[in-house]
Amino acid sequence: MTTVQAPSRTAAADGRGGPAVLALRDAALSYGSRALWSHLDLDVAPGEFVAVLGPNGAGKTSLLRTVLGQQRLTSGTMSFLGQPVRRGHRRIGYIPQQRLMESGTPLRARDMIAQGVTGSRWGVLPASRAERARIDRILDEVGATAFADAPVAELSGGEQQRTRVGQAIAADPALLLCDEPLISLDLRHQRGVTELIDRQRRQQGASVLFVTHDVNPILDVVDRVLYIAGGRFRIGTPDEVLRAEVLSDLYGTPVDVVRTMGRIVIVGGNEAHDQVGGHHCDPDPHAPTPDEGRI
Amino acid sequence: MDVLSTVFSFQDYGELLVLVQNSIWAGAVLGIVGGLIGPFVVARNMPFAVHGISELSFAGASAALLFGANVVTGSLVGSVVAALLIGLLGSRARDRNSIIAVLMPFGLGLGILCLALYRGRAANKFGLLTGQIVSVDNPQLTSLVVVSAIVVVTLLVIWRPLMFSSVDPDVAAAAGVPVRTLALVFMLVLGLATAVSVQIVGALLVLSLLVTPAAAALRLTSHPVVVPVLSTVFAVVSVVGGILLAIGGGLPISPYVTTISFLIWVVCRIVGTRRDRRGRDRVAGREQDGGGEPRLQAGDREGVAA
Repeated sequence: MTTVQAPSRTAAADGRGGPAVLALRDAALSYGSRALWSHLDLDVAPGEFVAVLGPNGAGKTSLLRTVLGQQRLTSGTMSFLGQPVRRGHRRIGYIPQQRLMESGTPLRARDMIAQGVTGSRWGVLPASRAERARIDRILDEVGATAFADAPVAELSGGEQQRTRVGQAIAADPALLLCDEPLISLDLRHQRGVTELIDRQRRQQGASVLFVTHDVNPILDVVDRVLYIAGGRFRIGTPDEVLRAEVLSDLYGTPVDVVRTMGRIVIVGGNEAHDQVGGHHCDPDPHAPTPDEGRI
Repeated sequence: MDVLSTVFSFQDYGELLVLVQNSIWAGAVLGIVGGLIGPFVVARNMPFAVHGISELSFAGASAALLFGANVVTGSLVGSVVAALLIGLLGSRARDRNSIIAVLMPFGLGLGILCLALYRGRAANKFGLLTGQIVSVDNPQLTSLVVVSAIVVVTLLVIWRPLMFSSVDPDVAAAAGVPVRTLALVFMLVLGLATAVSVQIVGALLVLSLLVTPAAAALRLTSHPVVVPVLSTVFAVVSVVGGILLAIGGGLPISPYVTTISFLIWVVCRIVGTRRDRRGRDRVAGREQDGGGEPRLQAGDREGVAA
């Protein structure tokens, strides 16, 4: 498996110092005989925002699972804060895809954020005064105070996702793992949730690893892009990676990248689907054409 | 008038009350068990599993009756085996439901076979399906209290991580909660709770104790402490109230218990509908305040597609 390294600014060159929060060395992951990616070297600096892009099945979510310690690397090493990754690290926050809470969930927005602080604790002793104060502060930080005592099932999709961000940042994570957290949100809430995540890394220095099929909502805040496709990958700034010749090489077939109205649109394959904002629905999500690779 | 006096009869009530003292205690303990485990059964979407476990518990109890073994032990063995099978084979909801649907009729059939072969007192047979009150003797009460205590203590210890992994398994797993182990522990506890409930309300009606009170409480509130407290109150009122009404007549206890628990649910449902409406208004209000930007997707709960 060959890899293509685009010349990349390191995060240190961006002026963000400190040892890498997350470091991968010659990392590879495969399921059976199918290699998702290999020879992956990646250093995520404190406060750095890295977007992980690529078509479905390229191994983006699997990358997050390895960082969470739920999936072993096939080869290579991965360390978090200088230690080998392990399951359930307190300093990793996780924001999943929006999955609407069903009615009959015995939680309010406040309790969901509390789970980020005390959710894995045994016993029923109530949260301490300091913890309750922290929960209140987080509620305020993510703009959830107005609906703090509303049942989570009653919240709008955007409100639930703000609450999830609060849950993830409640334990003061050094690394935020986001798995398509903007999916099925409207534009205003996409912007709101992105701002919350961006603020967390600017103010608290948390690094962000952000898996998405659509880079546009986060284009303004992304430092680097990891683009995975067909078992190969490119790392670099959006300008370095999201270019026609780079992606054509990665996909092994002509791909065009169009910049219009501050957005990036990838057009690929013979069918030339337009991919604005990822709102487009692929007729066959399993077709192995590059137009799956929505940016 | 004849029917009515059969359903509600309070002749010699005081003396009867003394006779069924054990049952009342058993009912109160069961109410606590059902009320506390119910919110998890609802949050984990497992009412059907409860039904399946109770049928195998019935099979175990019937087999014990036939072979002259301890009925309580038989129902415990049946429940726990069923709960573990469901827990191990059906981690996903879809698999789980088909496994339950396979196990349940088999258990019921096995139970009916054992009862058909049993030559003892007929009341014993019927009681396993529809509940009984007079037959709670002291050793039975002791075993019921011990098993219930195990259930309640285990639930209290694993409460937070179990709730976290019930409502949000992915995020809980990411936070290091042992989601799979907890799922199995919960199934074990659910098996025990079902087995003790079968003793009193009968295999067919366990849901009225392990699900209905929690479902009713959840219509009124989402407060993580108020929900289990309310559901426990509802469950205790249903069982104890059912026993108190049942002792006068010669009828099984279950229609009383299920009716009280159903009526509580109906009232909560009506009150809850108004609460939902107010909630929707509040969401709409907040979204209005949030700014006048266009909605492009119908992904939001209100489903407004512009």
